[in-house]
Amino acid sequence: MPNEVESRAIEEFRETPIGHHSTELQVILNELRGQPMKDKYCLISIKANREWQLAMTSGVRGKPVKMLNKKFTNLKEAEWYVFKKRWKQLRGETLR
Amino acid sequence: MMKITGYADKMSVAPGETIKFMVNSEAGKRYRADIVRVICGDENPDGPGYQEKLVKTAANGSYKSRKQVIHAGSFVEIGASDMLDGLESFTMQAFIWPTTPEIGTQAIISKWRDRDKAGAALIITKENGSIALCLGNGKGKIQTINTGKPLIAREWYFVAASYDAKTKTVTLVQEPLHGYETRNDRATVRRKSTVGRVPNHDAPLTMASYFKAVDKGRTVCGGHYNGKIDSPRVADRALSAIEMQSLKTWPVATELGNSVIGAWDFSADIKGIKINDLSANLLHGEIVNLPARAMTGWNWTGEEMNWNHAPDQYGAIHFHDDDIYDAGWEVDFELTIPKGLKSGVYAARLRSGEDEDHIPFAVRAPRGKPTAKVLYLMPSASYQAYANEHMNTDSPIGQLMAGRLVQLDKFNLFINEHREYGGSCYDSHSDGSGVCYSSRLRPILNMRPKHRAWIGATGSTLWQFNADTHITDWLEAMNIDYDVITDEDLHYEGLSAIEDYSVVVSSSHPEYHSVEMWDAMDAYQRRGGRLMYLGANGWYWRIQYHSEVPGVIEVRRNEDGIRTWEARTGEYYHSFSGEYGGLWRRNGRAPQKILGVGFTAQGFDISSYYVRNPDSYKAKVKFIFEGIGKDEKIGDFGLIGGGAAGLELDRADRLLGTPPDAYVVASSVEHTDIYLVVCEEMLVSTPGTGGHENPLVRADITFHETQNGGAVWSTGSIAWAGSLAHNNYRNNVSRMTKNVLKRFINPKPF
Ligand SMILES: [Fe+2]
Repeated sequence: MPNEVESRAIEEFRETPIGHHSTELQVILNELRGQPMKDKYCLISIKANREWQLAMTSGVRGKPVKMLNKKFTNLKEAEWYVFKKRWKQLRGETLR
Repeated sequence: MMKITGYADKMSVAPGETIKFMVNSEAGKRYRADIVRVICGDENPDGPGYQEKLVKTAANGSYKSRKQVIHAGSFVEIGASDMLDGLESFTMQAFIWPTTPEIGTQAIISKWRDRDKAGAALIITKENGSIALCLGNGKGKIQTINTGKPLIAREWYFVAASYDAKTKTVTLVQEPLHGYETRNDRATVRRKSTVGRVPNHDAPLTMASYFKAVDKGRTVCGGHYNGKIDSPRVADRALSAIEMQSLKTWPVATELGNSVIGAWDFSADIKGIKINDLSANLLHGEIVNLPARAMTGWNWTGEEMNWNHAPDQYGAIHFHDDDIYDAGWEVDFELTIPKGLKSGVYAARLRSGEDEDHIPFAVRAPRGKPTAKVLYLMPSASYQAYANEHMNTDSPIGQLMAGRLVQLDKFNLFINEHREYGGSCYDSHSDGSGVCYSSRLRPILNMRPKHRAWIGATGSTLWQFNADTHITDWLEAMNIDYDVITDEDLHYEGLSAIEDYSVVVSSSHPEYHSVEMWDAMDAYQRRGGRLMYLGANGWYWRIQYHSEVPGVIEVRRNEDGIRTWEARTGEYYHSFSGEYGGLWRRNGRAPQKILGVGFTAQGFDISSYYVRNPDSYKAKVKFIFEGIGKDEKIGDFGLIGGGAAGLELDRADRLLGTPPDAYVVASSVEHTDIYLVVCEEMLVSTPGTGGHENPLVRADITFHETQNGGAVWSTGSIAWAGSLAHNNYRNNVSRMTKNVLKRFINPKPF
């Protein structure tokens, strides 16, 4: 499970996924958001500034972005969803 | 996926003049085209809303769909000639610096007719990435003989292939110029050909690709080569090893000279598109799709950085399989601008069912007859530099810079899959080298109303063209008459394009300028002109337009500055002009000189606000703050990141050229740590360069007088325009902008 510092940072992220962050959270985000482009999460704009679909870039020029079966109507929710996925991928831990 | 895309032959046009539109439509049998005036391209329901006005013109109507494709990839084409077409025995040789020897067949020098696979080509083979000669007898027999020793990427080699038609002997030479003793990549191979007679034909000689066909006037090639070629030669017999060595340089002794069919000098006419043959045969040719010129050659010593001084060391051209200059599509419809059509930002709107595209262009005032006191300078050079930028699919730094998940829209998805539409000067070519040229003679799908860009902060998430519609939207909402010209107009016409206007209003991000544009803006200010700079990271990179062909700019990412690629050492001078490239700051003209402020920090998550400085209470600049309270936060709202100070930020700095008596009336505060000081500000890398700690992470609002009543007001932030429409345009950003505009229209000196 996340340690104490991580747990605080995760709570902070949940509250404010985009914006002013503590150094502890920023360090985590630099790792999570700095992953290579292969199978990297991104959002596809579905309805202007209102609806987004989760997708993954291929990391290969010209190769289509892979659309995933998940839509969001607010960005905060999307950030949290992807944060959990990336945490699982990199730390092997499931966040709730 | 978009099924309709298009471009125009011009980016700006005056009444009475004609603009042509080229359209690719796979969206049904017909599509509808309409001319619209673009007011606000931002679809965000939290903003003023999308607005375009239909304009009735003779061009509006229904048109037949047809597919039009782009053939990317650069090469040299030498037209058919008796000398080449009758070759029996031959030698082909060149210096090469391959960048992707591993990706498959790439032709270096080719006299090939693909229709019946006839002829010969010196290639890198797909077998093993080594040098090979490919022979085809035109009757189905093809033979490729290779050296079997893979080339190392980004190393110079001398390579040659000869063929003796009598003895059917093929000789290959692969001679590394590097000194890696541990790598066995030197080879001389002699083998018998088994294809029989190689027939003559009149297909063109090409370099960096092999000829396939002609499609609507465009030469179409295959086997595009990535990398540099220097000093290519063709002789009419199988030369000996010694003769090959002699022919590396020019001139050569008469006896050998008599056998030379062509000896091309890529260092001649670097600024142009012609390729010069040094031999008596004068088999001159042309480059197609603008490969990079003024590149360091095989013999570059590192002692000379300027190709103008030692052109003989710049005999290389760097070819890319994704270079594109002119898409070369056929015209689908034309528009002659009606007399009396108001100057502004317009677009040809193309629709078929659900599919839609817009091709934007500026309509100018009638030439020499301004119709307003205010001029909006549409930054076409900057739109071009950013044309079809791919960072959200290509670069892992995107989500770090944006501080969030990047967003892609239909335009991004299309250009990701259609690499033949070409990249921006932020992208790298498929071989990893930087894109230093960008043309507008192709669809530019991020220069579109309704487009959202990953880099545009939270909220509306806009950048460049569409972000700038917040400015035109505001001008319309304020009922301010304005004319429009583009960067390109300013470049070619100089001061005369702007001198009759009281005020020039900039876009949110006018980053790229030629010396002609710079000088014109400077002269304008000195003669009493007034500039409202509503942006940041402006007047930053030096560019140049090509002197022979229209619609293409060059930028060299030299030395420092925020760069997504780096010009190679020795390649800092523009090929289009011979000018030293890079930042204007490194050309002795930091942006502070012409704007009062210059680039200092960037971040792309959220924006912030400004607070007033003591300067703001001084009598001379009181007009700026009329109706704005002492303790008001300025711009703590907005569609771009939620604040007026955001994305890229500029600040005043006397030592970089801010005029000594400039007023720094407000500065932004409270930026996140995604905002970092730009690299050209950092001589020593030190901790604490983020927005939380570093005082250089701020936007300054400045005012200074120039000469003869001229003045400059700068906001130092790209996000500024996104705050104009807040609360139905009743807010302190809109108010301040209007205060300044009103005062600037008034000719009274300050
Ligand atoms: Fe920029």
